[in-house]
Amino acid sequence: MGETIIEAMGLCKWFGDFTAVRDASFTVEAGEIFGFLGPNGAGKTTTINMLTGLAKPTAGAILIAGEDGIRHIKKVQQRIGIVPDESNLYEDMSGFDNLVFCASLYGMEKAQREARARQLLAQFGLAETGKRPFKAFSKGMKRKLTIAAGIIHAPRILFLDEPTTGIDVESARQIRKLIQDLNGQGTTIFLTTHYIEEAERLCHRVGFIVDGSVIRVDAIGSLMQDEDQAYRLDFTLESHQPALLEAMSQAFPNIQVSVLDPQRIRLLSPTRVELAPFIQFFEDAQIPVYEVKLVHPSLEDVFVRITGIEIARLKKEKEGQRK
Amino acid sequence: MSQLIAFWSILMKDMKNYYLKPPNISWGIIFPLSWTLMLFVRSGSPVDIREILPGVMALSILFGTTSMLAVTITFERKSRSFERLLLAPISLNLLMLAKTTGAILFGVLNAFVPVLFASFLIDLSGIHWVTAFSGVLLIAVTSTFLGLFIAVSVSEVFEAQTFSNFFRFPMMFLCGLFIPVSSLPALLQPLSYLLPLTYGADILKQSINENGFLPAPLSFSVLLAFSLALFTISLRNIKKRWIY
Repeated sequence: MGETIIEAMGLCKWFGDFTAVRDASFTVEAGEIFGFLGPNGAGKTTTINMLTGLAKPTAGAILIAGEDGIRHIKKVQQRIGIVPDESNLYEDMSGFDNLVFCASLYGMEKAQREARARQLLAQFGLAETGKRPFKAFSKGMKRKLTIAAGIIHAPRILFLDEPTTGIDVESARQIRKLIQDLNGQGTTIFLTTHYIEEAERLCHRVGFIVDGSVIRVDAIGSLMQDEDQAYRLDFTLESHQPALLEAMSQAFPNIQVSVLDPQRIRLLSPTRVELAPFIQFFEDAQIPVYEVKLVHPSLEDVFVRITGIEIARLKKEKEGQRK
Repeated sequence: MSQLIAFWSILMKDMKNYYLKPPNISWGIIFPLSWTLMLFVRSGSPVDIREILPGVMALSILFGTTSMLAVTITFERKSRSFERLLLAPISLNLLMLAKTTGAILFGVLNAFVPVLFASFLIDLSGIHWVTAFSGVLLIAVTSTFLGLFIAVSVSEVFEAQTFSNFFRFPMMFLCGLFIPVSSLPALLQPLSYLLPLTYGADILKQSINENGFLPAPLSFSVLLAFSLALFTISLRNIKKRWIY
């Protein structure tokens, strides 16, 4: 890592009066997995479209692998692979024919493209099903074949838009593994996902985009470090009432209390806390405590703090969009 | 070389996936037969096949190309597979030429189906084949580019069909195939000259029956101008609407 392979400088995209992307600037380094996170309608897809040549920026500049991504987009497209959020291969063509066709779009010779298609079908565990028409594939298989089509020409950079959305757990796991393998082989990955835990697991760095503005770009480690400064304790109780939470806030003024579910509450403290006073407090209130857990912050916590957007809303929006 | 490989693959993919599918082959056969039968019923007496040949050929091309291209492109746009082509490292001009070449070839093949049938029934000697073929090719190119123009203007497959008819039916009745242009009401005659099929049909009439009324160089020039204009406008619209 170290060499900048994607550089977006002051990207803007307006649709009439509506600003889809506002002054977005970020860099992606060669060899990294970069996550681009944001709620539905934040401008993720518009940004990807501008980077890949499907949309023209209203203002700003793009450099991809040293080329001007606006003026020389066709040169850039030779070096990038794109996997859209929907599997968009040809339904009546077989998996093998789809891959061979996609390879031909990059000017690969017949023997070369057929060999590469066979290699990818084997690598993605689709060798047996490669002769079936694409429409007969399961969702997970379709997704895998679409990724294979995206890397048929061995691009330096792969853009993946929501790669695991709407597919079963096992296929999602396999796809995450494929992404890691590809990255291990040197492919730079630009990934958008609404599964924050997926981004946390896969990405080296992430960018948060909200309402068209990129509000933070950083390494996962740095983002977590900020969050690590707070201590989180999750208590599982028999039950809890608003009055109890109010009494807790009064008894422990330096602690923030939030409700996780009907049985769980979370205590947030800027400093390390002793457990005994809390246990005593619940004992006095005659509320049995079943479990106490020190919770390490997740990227989800960072996302919520930085963007102010609840994860539940993010997931609900995306599921709604899928339906 | 790599551009040629992409061009050829797109063309072959479209031929295999759309144009050479059994329903389209049967369309190419049934359509001219239906027109011949319709003209026979209309006249009430045995039709002069040579006389109706230019009309059947022109309409076979027009109906074969416009809706086929408009529908296939709109279908690919809906399924988002067209995005894959737009994101490939090939120029937009070449991409659209690859997409339209399949329809042009389909149109040319459609035009010669009635010629093949006619060859079994009548003597086709005396036809100026070079002019006829050139005319067929130019009608196919113009109609295909009209289909492209339609495809870029709509977003749904059914809209592509409807919009195609908006152009095809006036052309069919005003191009001089059924009623000579000179016999049309004075108000409609100028409209006839605004339609590309008028010039294409006249080339075919001249080359098959020597009864065209326009100078052939003029007809060829007008068809070329229509093709160029439709392709240029369509490309401009694609850049504006699809690479937004």
